[in-house]
Order: sequence, then C-alpha cells, then structure tokens
Amino acid sequence: MNRSLITSSVLHILVIFITAMSLPFLSKKVIDLPPIVSIELIQITEKTNIPFAPKAKKIIEEAKEKEKKLVSEQAPPKKVKKKKPDSVPMPEDKVKKVEKIKDDKQNPEKIDNEVKQVSEFEKDELFDPNNIAALIDKSKEETTTVNNKRDDVTQDQVKNFENSGLSLSEEDALKAQIFGCWSIPLGLPYNENLLVRIKLNLKPDGSVVKSEILDHARMNRPGQGFYKVLAESALRAVKLCQPLRVPSTGYERWKELQLNFDAREMLEG
Amino acid sequence: MNNYINKFFITFLIISLIPTKSFGLIEVDITRGNLNPLPLAVSPLSIEEKSRKSFQELIKKENIGIEISSIVENNLRTSGLFNPLNKDAFLQSPDIANLKPRFEDWNLIKAQALITGKVSYTDEKLRVEFRLWDVLAGKEMMALAFTTVPNNWRRVGHIISDKVYERLTGEKGYFDTRIIYVAEEGPKTKRIKKLAIMDQDGANNKFLTLGNELVLTPRFNPTSQMVTYLSYFRNLPRVYLLDIETGTQEVVGDFPGMTFAPRFSPNGKKIIMSFAKDGNSEIYTMDLENRIVEKITNHPSIDTSPSYSPDGKYICFNSDRSGYQQIYVMKSDGSNVKRISFGKGIYGTPVWSPRGDLIAFTKLHKGKFYIGVMRTDGSGERLLTENFYQEAPSWSPNGRVLVFYRETKTDSKGKGFSAKLWSIDLTGYNERRLKTPTDGSDPSWSSLLSK
Repeated sequence: MNRSLITSSVLHILVIFITAMSLPFLSKKVIDLPPIVSIELIQITEKTNIPFAPKAKKIIEEAKEKEKKLVSEQAPPKKVKKKKPDSVPMPEDKVKKVEKIKDDKQNPEKIDNEVKQVSEFEKDELFDPNNIAALIDKSKEETTTVNNKRDDVTQDQVKNFENSGLSLSEEDALKAQIFGCWSIPLGLPYNENLLVRIKLNLKPDGSVVKSEILDHARMNRPGQGFYKVLAESALRAVKLCQPLRVPSTGYERWKELQLNFDAREMLEG
Repeated sequence: MNNYINKFFITFLIISLIPTKSFGLIEVDITRGNLNPLPLAVSPLSIEEKSRKSFQELIKKENIGIEISSIVENNLRTSGLFNPLNKDAFLQSPDIANLKPRFEDWNLIKAQALITGKVSYTDEKLRVEFRLWDVLAGKEMMALAFTTVPNNWRRVGHIISDKVYERLTGEKGYFDTRIIYVAEEGPKTKRIKKLAIMDQDGANNKFLTLGNELVLTPRFNPTSQMVTYLSYFRNLPRVYLLDIETGTQEVVGDFPGMTFAPRFSPNGKKIIMSFAKDGNSEIYTMDLENRIVEKITNHPSIDTSPSYSPDGKYICFNSDRSGYQQIYVMKSDGSNVKRISFGKGIYGTPVWSPRGDLIAFTKLHKGKFYIGVMRTDGSGERLLTENFYQEAPSWSPNGRVLVFYRETKTDSKGKGFSAKLWSIDLTGYNERRLKTPTDGSDPSWSSLLSK
C-alpha cells in the first residue's frame, strides 16, 4: 500500500516535472518553425508607370483597389523579412507563390536575355580605359542584375525591364535636377508649338557623351528664331546639369534618353 | 463574303493577341524650368591706350570701353531677362577675353553667356567689335562690328544690347529706342506741360516745346521720326503733327471742333483720332498724303481712343454704347463692331500690341486703377499692376514691355502730387521707374531707330 503510494507519487512528481520542464520546449519548437512567408520586393516602377491615355482614370481606379492588397508587398525591405516571427501566411501570398513558380517555368528565356544584355554592355564599355569609375559601377550593376534574376522573376519584373521606363521617383529626380538648370527664355510666345526634343547618349555616371536635337533642321529655318533660342537653352540646361542624376542601376535602360523640353506651361501661367 | 469578314476578324484577333514589345526610347518631359534671369557676363570692351586718349578728348569719358559695356549691362538688367554678373568676379582681363575666352573661368562664376569686344579709334571714327559667346557650349554665337561717329557711342551700346537680346530671346530688342512724354512742372493747378523726348534709358533728355500751350497724348509714328499730339492752341484742342528732326509743326485736318486721342496707322500714312461735335465723338482717319478724311464710326455714344492692329486690318477703341466705357474691336472700315471687354469695372485706353497678340488697357474698378492686357478676342485678361492712379500704357516695339504713368495723391494742402513714368513687362514682375528730370506723363515708345 505504502509502496504503491510512493511509486504513484514519484510517478506523479515525475510527470509533473517532465511537463514542467518540457512544455516550454514544446512551445518554443512551435515558435521556432514559422512558415516561410514570401515577401516580394516589387519595384515601385510598375505602379508609377501608368500609361498616359484617356484610360488613365480607369487604371488609377484599378490601382487604388489593388493598393489595399499590395500593402504587404511594397513595404518591407529584405532584412526585415527574417525578423518577423509573428506574421501569418496570408492567402494572397500563397497565390503569389504559385504564380511565381509558374512564371519561372513560363519565361526561362527572358532570364537569358538579361544576362546577354549585361555582357553586351560590358563589351561596349571595355574599350574606354579612362573610365574606371564606370567599371566599378558596372560591377555593382552586374550583381544587382544577377540578384534580380535570382529572386524576383515575376511577370511584373520582366515587364519592367522591357518596358524600359524610369520609375516615377527616378524620373522625378532627373526632372527636378533639370528644372533647376533650365533657364527658360522668358521672351518666348506662349501660343506657339515649341517642343524641343533632345536625344542624349549617357555614360553610366550620368555624364553626357552626345546630345542631339531631333528636329535639327528646324533650327536654321528662317522664322524659327524662337525655336532656336529654346533649343539652345535646352542644350545649355543639359550641359549645366552634368552629370545627370540617373538611376544607379539599369544602365541599359537609360543609356539613351530623350528629353522633351516644353515651356508652354510655364509661359502661359 | 461572310467568310471574308470572318477571316478578317480572325486574323485581326490573332494580331491583336500577339504581344507587342515596345523598345521605345525613354522619354522624359521637361515642362518646368527656372524663371531666373539668365546669368551672363559683360566683359568691358577692351581699348588701346592711344584710342582711349583720343576718345577722352572727344567725349570727355575716361574709358569709353567701360562706358559702352555698362550701357549694355544696364539695358540687359532692366529687361528683367538677364542677370549681368558683377565685374569684380571676372577672372580674365578684357583684352585677352576678347581674343579667346577661357570658358572654364567664365563657367566658374556661373555665366552662361559672355559678351566681349574691342573699341578703336580709326579714321576719326568709332569702331566697335563685339562677340557673344555661349560659355557652356564654348562657342561663338554672334560677332558684329559697327563704325560710326564718336558722338553716337551711346547708341552703339543700345544696338549691341538689341543684338544680344535678339540672339538670346529670339525676339527683337527695344533698347535703341526713344520715349516721348509730357514733362510736367509746377503745382497741380498751374502745371506747365512740355513735350520731351529721351532715350529709353533716360539719357539725352530734350524738350521739344516751350510750355506755352498745354500738350497731351504724344504718339510716335511707327515708321519715322514724326509725332502726333494734342495741343490747346488758343484754347482749342487740336491734333498736331511734329517732325522731331526739323521741328516743324502743323495742325492735322481742318475740323470744326475739338479733335483728340490721335494715333498713327501702322504704316504711318494715316492718323486716326476722335472728333467731338455736339457732345458726340466719333472716330475719324485722315490720310497724311492726300488729306482725305474718313468717318469710321457712326453711333450716338462716345467713341474714342482708337488704336490700329499692327496689320492695319482692325481697330480697337473705347465706347460707352453699352452704358459703361468698354473696349470694342472693329474692322478698319468700321464694320463688324464687337465688344471684347466684359469684366467688372470701366475699361479705357486700349492699345494694340506691335506683336499683334494682345491689347493693353487701363481699367478702373472699385476706385483703383489697373494696367492690364487681354487677347484680341477679349479672353485671357491679365492685370499687371494696381495703383491709386495710373494710365496710358504704351508698348515697347517688341510688344513685351509697357510704359505708363502713375500719379500720387495730393494731400489736404494740395501738395505731394507727382506724376512719374513707369515700365512693366508682360510677366508683371519687372516693374521699374524711368528716371526723368521733371515729372512726366503720357509716355509713348518709338519703334527701333535702327532696323
């Protein structure tokens, strides 16, 4: 009787001890295995590169609807991802994962394209021995493009590369810089169609190799004095702004750039 | 037939489904810029010691090169479009800069354009060369040389300013011009009014009449040095014609009554004016060659202040036919009268811009006077300046600047009254007072003296 009581109590104590000792471990184990939440780093570009069209209104509305869903995608940079133990996999993420896998299968050639582009670019630039800064830049670019290839080959990303637009923030940086450099000739008439288009060939550091006015012939036509003045002021602005504030990546996209100088808005107001 | 349409549709569908890739160049629209005046450097014109001394004797100026360049500098600054940089910052001396500017040096002080030049005294004549450089492109934009009599040195400065202005703005300049105005002196009740003329920058002020008679509203002939104005000779207000070079005066037309508000037609061959009779004024023109008088308007209300469009096809004028004084436009034969001003207040003194795109006017609204511009169809009204009393805008020959006059209030003792000439450009920001030795009113801007 006594013996059985002792064994019972010992066993009880043992059980209590084991539970007391092991429960935290158990609970820890649960925390230790968070489901891997995939967070896509999507460049802002695709949201900002809305085509200008009468359709724009629709697109904006669509984008607004999407925005609610997109919150999780836009916000966190890579590092934050790992430190997030509490996040619960959302149904959308799963869907995206599936999409991602599909895309990988669908567009394998496109990855190759990117690699090719990079190498072509290397060839072009190798012959410039003076441009050491550019070479350093290039190595950076290579890694970034490789990174791109590895972890975000979603449809959107691919589109970005071929769409070859600047993102809104990149475009704004460039615009803001040129706005500051361009002294608009104030005597121009506001009611004439004066649009000067300049094509630039850029180096990776943003300096201008060549600038060319697209309708050059118009400059020397009689009666186009205003056009000439505007064109010259635009060229001055480009020269004054050198090196241009170009994005640090994606040289291929913007190595040729067209600037449309239009002073009407300013002259009318 | 149906088959064809079907095929067409299918191919269309297929084509539209094939994804099209766009490899377009990135385009960035630059729609804004800074409206700061263009920074430019006016390097003093270089001059050799020998020439400098000869000029010192002739025109009593120590260094004519510096004098001319400061005229250019002053002109460009008053235009509001340029910012001539301080000469103290210049790194290169004038004589070397004239031969081959070191663009890095000029770039350093943020000059975007550079004017250099040389003055010399050859064969008893003044010879001025000047060059305009694009500092950023490192290119010469213009090079010209003038030879003239030494006394014309101020005009050379103005002509250089005009050439630079035209090259950098695409618009004709307005510096080699004169302004005729009514010089006023004395207390308000006993004001002496004389016709006076001066250079656009206020130099070379000259009186054309003695001040025995009251004179008003002088207007330049756009093609020659003739002036038409209103004078009260023997207490009868009449339109007169004055040749500035010879000083001869004559009455325009033999009207049985008062004629006023004269103005030349754009080709200078006609004078358009108002003729008042029995309390009704109508607009008339008179051909200066054959003296034929034509009646343009015919309305029982007061029609006055006519002004031709630069092509001579239209006339804008003032009329109270709607009850209040408003601006109207009609064809030059008097047909097709159309009211163009519809804003609140009273509109007066319409003047058609030499460029043809705008009409300047004076507006009175709630006891304040405004100088403004509107398009020729009455749209786009813009008020440039507001004041206690201001009136009579007159265009610069390039249609960019308006000169007008402004009066100040008299206090209770009848003192403190003044009338001054002011100018404002179309932006409305560049407002400046023109310096005149006496008070002035009713300014009128000449056309460019050198074409």
